Amino acid sequence: MTDMLALEDLTVRYNGHPALESVTLHVPHGAQVAIVGPNGAGKSTLFKAMVGLLRPQHGRVLVHGRPPGDQTDPVAYVPQREEIDWRFPVTVADVVMMGRYGRLGALRRPQAADREAVARALDELSIADLARRSIGELSGGQQHRVFLARALAQEPHVLLLDEPFTGVDASAKEALLGLLEVLRGEDITVLVSTHDMNTAATRFELAALLNSRLIAYGPPAEVFTAAHIGEAYGGQALFVGDMVVVDQCCPGHVGDGVAHRHSHAGEEQAP
Amino acid sequence: MIDWLTEPFALGFMQRALVAAVVVGLVCSVLGCYVVLRSMAFLGDALAHAVLPGIALAYLAGVDLLAGALVAALLVALGIGFLTRHGAVREDTAIGILFAAALSLGVLLISSTGSYATDLTHILFGDVLGVSATDLWLTGGLAAAVLLAVALLYRELLLASFDPLLAHTLGRRPGLVLLVLLVLLALTIVVSLQTVGVGLVAALLVTPGATASLLTRRLPTMMAVAAVVGVVSSVVGLYLSYYLDVASGAAIVLTATACFVVAFFLAPHRGLLWRRLGEARAG
Repeated sequence: MTDMLALEDLTVRYNGHPALESVTLHVPHGAQVAIVGPNGAGKSTLFKAMVGLLRPQHGRVLVHGRPPGDQTDPVAYVPQREEIDWRFPVTVADVVMMGRYGRLGALRRPQAADREAVARALDELSIADLARRSIGELSGGQQHRVFLARALAQEPHVLLLDEPFTGVDASAKEALLGLLEVLRGEDITVLVSTHDMNTAATRFELAALLNSRLIAYGPPAEVFTAAHIGEAYGGQALFVGDMVVVDQCCPGHVGDGVAHRHSHAGEEQAP
Repeated sequence: MIDWLTEPFALGFMQRALVAAVVVGLVCSVLGCYVVLRSMAFLGDALAHAVLPGIALAYLAGVDLLAGALVAALLVALGIGFLTRHGAVREDTAIGILFAAALSLGVLLISSTGSYATDLTHILFGDVLGVSATDLWLTGGLAAAVLLAVALLYRELLLASFDPLLAHTLGRRPGLVLLVLLVLLALTIVVSLQTVGVGLVAALLVTPGATASLLTRRLPTMMAVAAVVGVVSSVVGLYLSYYLDVASGAAIVLTATACFVVAFFLAPHRGLLWRRLGEARAG
């Protein structure tokens, strides 16, 4: 089996501070991987390095055994929050069509295949009826779906979603998980960063536990052990009998004995 | 009525002025859409004033004034790009420093020549009635080059302005595109010098685009509406200037301002009146 995506000894530093330390990760073709770790663990940094927004100090990223810049649209990235001007005069269809710009280059006019890819992406996110709306008129949830649709219109081999479950309601989350099922059928390799350890453990075949270093990687049952979680979360993890409680809301409060009031996301049964 | 419309343009210099004003109105409005969308109004104004020392030096050296202006504008555009690229100085600070320095240097140089007041007035506020046939060819050529670049680079400029992050992940170079935009801006300013002058060109860059942004929801239509506003303002301003015997550059800019005010109050959906009516109906 060939690796779709390989990170080899990847090290990224911000102003001398290590954000990622020698991360080596091989993702097989078509796999769906949950990237889990505390705040500041380097999850976003990992994604930015994969699409070439950050230059690693060491190591390299390979897609299909080649650097990502060599190929057309191998990797699509949906950041946690789009840092764009929502008053910009573009419609939903305009934004999704931007996903085709990598293939179109500077001048070629959109072909039937491009228009079909845009229409399909709009349908998959159930926003076809919004196609002609200005992006500034949309709700936050709709805006996020526009950028997911744009990533799908890129027809990527690898899709990177940064914290897609954060700040969405239960039905939006189920819709997104449904979409991931569809993508599994299309053999698209997906990496999702999340705080939500339950979702990571139950809905993904592979999980990576990250805190600057890669602490564990593999099937969720082998990754989310008490020892690994303790290593990843340090003082933020509280062990109560067989239970591991991880505080992800307000770092530093677990040790003050108020863990349960603050533990929002992850309660994991240790094996 | 027909006589009233045709009378001014029986004169050769008025014909040339009309062509120059229409070309300038067109190119400023179209490129100005990016100035509005990227919040570069201050930069445009600074760039315009930065050409002053270039013009003065060209005058003293006895070479073509527009060539001097062009060199100065390009140098300052690249200088601002360089200063801010490395993040050591904030953009508005870098612009403020270069703006004031260039303006002072220009005034200093011009004050050393004999006809200080007249020359400075022409440079600051334009002298569209003094456009020569040679000027017209140069203006038209540069304007055509800028409009062609805006059309060919449409996707690059849109991506780099709207979502530089996506541009990066698609392997584009949004930083380089911004630099190209600065160069286009410098060319546009030089093209506009004789019509509206360094003091008013920023208004012609910003006002039609801002008017269009109130009336449209997609970039191509925004550019088209801005172009119409810019060209109409140029023509109407020129008539006003002829019949009321007032400065043409100022008349053109104030006509554009009038268009903006009308759109600000009356634009469908986004105009003040429309929104007030909506509130009244809702309340």
